[in-house]
Amino acid sequence: MPEEQEVEIYRARTLAEKVWEEHVVRRADGEPDLLYIDLHLIHEVTSPQAFDGLRLAGRRVRRPDLTVATEDHNVPTVDWDKPIADPVSRTQVETLRRNAEEFGVRLHPLGDKEQGIVHIIGPQLGLTQPGMTIVCGDSHTSTHGAFGALAFGIGTSEVEHVLATQTLPQSRPKTMAVTVNGSLPDGVTAKDLVLTLIAHTGTGGGQGYVVEYRGPAIEELSMEGRMTICNMSIEWGAKAGMIAPDQTTFDYIEGRPEAPKGADWDAAVEHWRSLRTDADATFDKEIVLDASTMTPFVTWGTNPGQGVPLGGAVPDPADLEDADDRVAAEKALEYMALEAGTPMREISVDTVFVGSCTNGRIEDLRLAAEVLRGRTVAADTRLLVVPGSARVRLQAEDEGLDVVFKEAGAEWRGAGCSMCLGMNPDQLAPGERSASTSNRNFEGRQGKGGRTHLVSVPVAAATAVRGTLSSPADLEPVASGEEV
Amino acid sequence: MEKFTQHTGIGVPLRRSNVDTDQIIPASYLKRVTRTGFEDGLFAAWRNDPGFVLNREPYAAGSVLVAGPDFGTGSSREHAVWALQNYGFRAVVSPRFADIFRGNSGKAGLVAAQVDEKVVQRLWDLLEAEPGTTVTVDLESRTVRAGEGPDAVEDSFDIDDYTRWRLLEGLDDIGITLSHADDIDAFEAARPSYKPVTLH
Ligand code: SF4
Repeated sequence: MPEEQEVEIYRARTLAEKVWEEHVVRRADGEPDLLYIDLHLIHEVTSPQAFDGLRLAGRRVRRPDLTVATEDHNVPTVDWDKPIADPVSRTQVETLRRNAEEFGVRLHPLGDKEQGIVHIIGPQLGLTQPGMTIVCGDSHTSTHGAFGALAFGIGTSEVEHVLATQTLPQSRPKTMAVTVNGSLPDGVTAKDLVLTLIAHTGTGGGQGYVVEYRGPAIEELSMEGRMTICNMSIEWGAKAGMIAPDQTTFDYIEGRPEAPKGADWDAAVEHWRSLRTDADATFDKEIVLDASTMTPFVTWGTNPGQGVPLGGAVPDPADLEDADDRVAAEKALEYMALEAGTPMREISVDTVFVGSCTNGRIEDLRLAAEVLRGRTVAADTRLLVVPGSARVRLQAEDEGLDVVFKEAGAEWRGAGCSMCLGMNPDQLAPGERSASTSNRNFEGRQGKGGRTHLVSVPVAAATAVRGTLSSPADLEPVASGEEV
Repeated sequence: MEKFTQHTGIGVPLRRSNVDTDQIIPASYLKRVTRTGFEDGLFAAWRNDPGFVLNREPYAAGSVLVAGPDFGTGSSREHAVWALQNYGFRAVVSPRFADIFRGNSGKAGLVAAQVDEKVVQRLWDLLEAEPGTTVTVDLESRTVRAGEGPDAVEDSFDIDDYTRWRLLEGLDDIGITLSHADDIDAFEAARPSYKPVTLH
């Protein structure tokens, strides 16, 4: 309660604790805190049952003005101006449209200029701001933490709870600092950083924590890079990932459609500047990494923690000390059809996917185009470039990136989740292998029987050119002199 | 929500760690707009294998799943919980659950009982040695019990107090929160004006 703050004794706090405290609606012994939610993002897959629940109980959406919906998971990325062919998918999308209409929720449907992956459109519209609480029925809601927001994924029952009350009961998580010193070498991206981190911690390493990423290597990242890092917090089990807002953050937000304006902007920035971990605050756990030793990093297995440097080889399960890890690695190699000891660079892929809420922003597409300009996709390889939002698509077309992709032989698609989860027709066939800029390499994630290697955008683009896992450094220089 | 005090049913040993939500139910099964009918998607890829535990009697009629650590990692899809429930599971026993999965279970009425890794190991051994053995998950006393004689397993499990209380009482979370509507009103009155809105 704000009025009690005057008498509160100073206590050093972390960024996460500050944002948490600002949102406590009610606190009682033996109960989780009741947190206020500033922004609720909705999509077609995890919301129908929640709206149904409201209808059954005769409840309204408490704050439609703090809610926004889009269509992303299930939508086609070709022929998006035509009715959706698959009747079951169509029903799901139409259900969202009906619900948005009935409950007065703003919706960006397929075909709308603001449609796109839910975690891309929040920041793009300027709705994602520092110090907010943001939830969505999607685990990669952690993306928004890049702005210094407390953002996390929720299940459908919780979606219903937030719709009805604009609050959520939450037990206070532990806090962890991941400090990344040094600078990332040229050609090494935020994606490589986070894949390296997850290989280091394992997929359960962040369990129960809100993680704050800090240190020089993080501060040097663009907002896009920061979003890539926070996006993958959930892949090592963290409840949320956060990065303290700074000038880079403010510059990104300023002028966006839903950003504060005039006096509101000044008041907001003044508050946002206070959202930093106090110098004497303590975390429950700390990890320190050095960015300067990092290299392009790729996965070989069936969870995001099973990765090695691109220059490395498929590990031998027999070398793993932990018995569970050994069994998991054996199962993963069997599923991935890989032999221990194979150099990663010798693995050839059928499909390359550039897109998703991890790497589907304009900066990612520029990076991919830079590698592909004047080059062509390898003969037996398919490259799908799927912008994260309709705006990203339009911007890329403005910059002529679509031409670069098409000339290289790539498929240039409409916005959506696409092959990240293979819910729409963009899927791997059984046994097919992909290099993917998305965030999950689970068995069957990109299509039943499909095999996924998680990679950065430059590695994806170079892999498309060579047909085997590669980095841009492996490519022949472009002869034509077209490159400037 | 239905009250849960204790449940006894056939235990199903799932000897795997890191069972992620794409394994529990692949995305292609998520298109239904109801909370029911997801049982066909449960462990869909593994169900093609005749040797998979749920394809074998008497495990097919199981209602208590015993799985390795990091169960339910990955996506936030509550469909994973519904698929387990739709199939007939009332409880999952594991040494470690992913946060969102555990939260979803508590809301939907599936008991996620966290036990020591050794307990899972002993349950697996017991359930494999004597297929059809029942496991009791007692929420009142927070214990899990199975078998008789020297191989019998009895141990406590962890579940947070608030979730346990809600499950025991069969309480609807939203109803509880709405009883604090005054607190929410007061909080909203003090929110800063620069916070964004989606409708103008
Ligand atoms: S792009 Fe992939 S990870 Fe991101 S929201 Fe869509 S399905 Fe989820």
